[in-house]
Amino acid sequence: MRFERSHTRKAVATAVAGSLLLLASACGGDDTSGGGATTGGTALEGKGPITFATGKDTSGNLTSQVAAWNSQHPEEKVTVSELPESADAQRQQMVQNAQNKQDSFSVLNLDVVWTAEFAANRWVVELPQDQFPSLTSAIPATVETAKYRDKLYAVPITSDGGLLYYRKDLLDKAGLKAPTTWDEMLAACLKVAALPEGKGMSCYAGQFEKYEGLTVNFSEAVNSAGGVVVGKDGKPNVDTPEALAGLEELTKAFASGAIPKAAITYKEEEGRRAFQDGKLLFHRNWPYVYSLASKTDGSSKIAGKFGVAPLAGKTGPGVSTLGGHNYAISAFAKNKATAADFIKFMASEERQRANIEKTSQAPTWASLYDDPALNKSFPYLAPLKASIEKAQPRPSVVKYGDVTAAVQEAAYDALTNKKPPKQALTDLQTKLSSLITQ
Amino acid sequence: MSASAPVAARPANEPPKSGKARRHDEGTGKLAALLLSPTLLVLGLVVMFPIISALRTSLYKPGGVDPETGFVTEGDTYVGFDNYTAIFTGDTAERFWNAFYNTTFFTITCVVLETILGVAMALVMHKAFRGRGIVRASILVPWAIPTVVSALLWKWIFQADGAANAILGTQILWSTEGWQSVASVIVADTWKTAPFIGLLVLAGLQTIPADVYEAAKVDGASPLQQFRMITLPLVKPALLVAVLFRMLDTLRIFDLPFVLVGPHKDSVETLSMLAYDEAFNTRYGPAAAYATILFLYVAVVAFAFVKLLGADIIGDVAAKKSKKKKSSGDAAPPGVGTAGLAGVSGGGM
Repeated sequence: MRFERSHTRKAVATAVAGSLLLLASACGGDDTSGGGATTGGTALEGKGPITFATGKDTSGNLTSQVAAWNSQHPEEKVTVSELPESADAQRQQMVQNAQNKQDSFSVLNLDVVWTAEFAANRWVVELPQDQFPSLTSAIPATVETAKYRDKLYAVPITSDGGLLYYRKDLLDKAGLKAPTTWDEMLAACLKVAALPEGKGMSCYAGQFEKYEGLTVNFSEAVNSAGGVVVGKDGKPNVDTPEALAGLEELTKAFASGAIPKAAITYKEEEGRRAFQDGKLLFHRNWPYVYSLASKTDGSSKIAGKFGVAPLAGKTGPGVSTLGGHNYAISAFAKNKATAADFIKFMASEERQRANIEKTSQAPTWASLYDDPALNKSFPYLAPLKASIEKAQPRPSVVKYGDVTAAVQEAAYDALTNKKPPKQALTDLQTKLSSLITQ
Repeated sequence: MSASAPVAARPANEPPKSGKARRHDEGTGKLAALLLSPTLLVLGLVVMFPIISALRTSLYKPGGVDPETGFVTEGDTYVGFDNYTAIFTGDTAERFWNAFYNTTFFTITCVVLETILGVAMALVMHKAFRGRGIVRASILVPWAIPTVVSALLWKWIFQADGAANAILGTQILWSTEGWQSVASVIVADTWKTAPFIGLLVLAGLQTIPADVYEAAKVDGASPLQQFRMITLPLVKPALLVAVLFRMLDTLRIFDLPFVLVGPHKDSVETLSMLAYDEAFNTRYGPAAAYATILFLYVAVVAFAFVKLLGADIIGDVAAKKSKKKKSSGDAAPPGVGTAGLAGVSGGGM
């Protein structure tokens, strides 16, 4: 506004005779901004400055992303409201804000597992699918994470899937390729253990400490064996032979030592360190590990010696658990039309490309995974696409905090031999049935 | 401590005085009330209001999910004492009593260890020797570190490939369920808070005049006798306050087990963690119920402690000071009384 006005003044000072023309142009400007407010359609109305609540931007790239928007939309500036780095603390602040019905957060950067809780509490608004063209270009699995009861409440911006990191040098030496099944993986371990370099190495590790990562790894084991934790109909169905086969694959591997005992304390970072120190032949982790494990400054002993593949499963490639983040609009926000436009902007192919180039966060656009230039700088994109395409979301339930705690309890009890796997699953089924009332 | 005992006892002695004096005293009373009112107002605001608010919250329950629409019904409903009865029934009862046991176990074990170490530290810090400043400063460092930071520090030490296993030459997985996670919490808590007891006991030690020890030496008392007959009785008031503070603190223990070992681990789950867990899942009613139970538990422990040991202090002091006065069992020593209040208000939420 201010900028336009001063511009107008200058114009008046320089060209007195053209005042009529100026008036006309000023009216024209007013018309377009007025028109923008009404074309928002449905409930997403109002244009103006908004705030974007997101976790701590560790990459530093968010500033440039938002600056790109702000330079194009000087009257609808986006202010970034940086929340803590820990996901729990982010959720807590967003929940508090919503419970007090405050309008201080307009766009919320939600973890995929929070969609149901925020939607069911009506803390975020339902979005018209046809207004977000990026949805049709996104990998379909990622769009599912933004839905609650088949209605769209958020737009996927980043995705994430598990990858199987493996020691390419040792597999090559043993004359093997990356395994696609658990049996192949265990067989490969035996072969490599026979090599002199394979001495003292463990076969495999994921994340098995009692936290969200265990839910992810347990769900992957169950899904990869053809089972489900919560079915498509929203009902828990985990007391099945398939789920048991998946869980037993993990308990057996722990018992045989294929998974080292210490892995019960592994989160992402502990596992990454073990893999980077050359203690693991196979390791399940997220894409962020790739660049860290490739560092040649001495922090990684395996730089250039490892490869990535989709996860292994029971009879074929495994099923990853979906991660990632979706952007949603707070129900209490002003200027929802601007918020929707900002989400569209951030979901655009151009922004997504800029984001992966700088942060290596997995995009949601399917086409970006096939881009030759990107594949050159991020060699894990092809297996990651395969992983995400087949990936399963975690249960879309309102009481996600309780559900994931129950899943962790069952998996941890089975992995630490507190309960036999069958018993753990039966108990989990009972627990989930009472938690999920759908 | 003894200074205010006569003040507390004065109203009892009042009736025999003359009418004039009484009127004079009434005016003083009004003035006192006026002067005290800001304090009482602030206390009411920061102590009473949160407690009552928490009590009120604990009688409500959040809305459930409407199976038809999938939306959460808005607004909390009044459920009376349902939140409390729910704690003591079924699976939650098992979880509650486990947490109750853990909390009590941590409190007893940690406070005993901290008291022994703290007194030892105080005795070392009290001695005059070269480099005393450095010893004092280094003993106090753990106390100066925020609990969460020290928890992260110890987490690093207790990792599978961490310093603890390297030094002990073991392969213990400290953060897994079992005695090892309990031990790790006790070690970290003792390391952090023994200096606190040391600090308070040191302050007590410094009030003991040196000539008492000289007299004892002249009488031929051994160091052990000196410690038992002189040091301990004379630092007892300071030591008791320190122990009370630590007990009230440890009953509310949260950050150490939460960060060092992790949530949802039966071996180290405490009452505060249960309240946190409920609040985290936006069930503020049940969370407030847990907090209230913890508050009551802390209050009972504080009261019992003051009654059992605090009454003893008064008995000693009062008997020596003046024999005229009746045994004033109802007047708790002001130091201990406020300590109890501070601990209780902290335990409320």
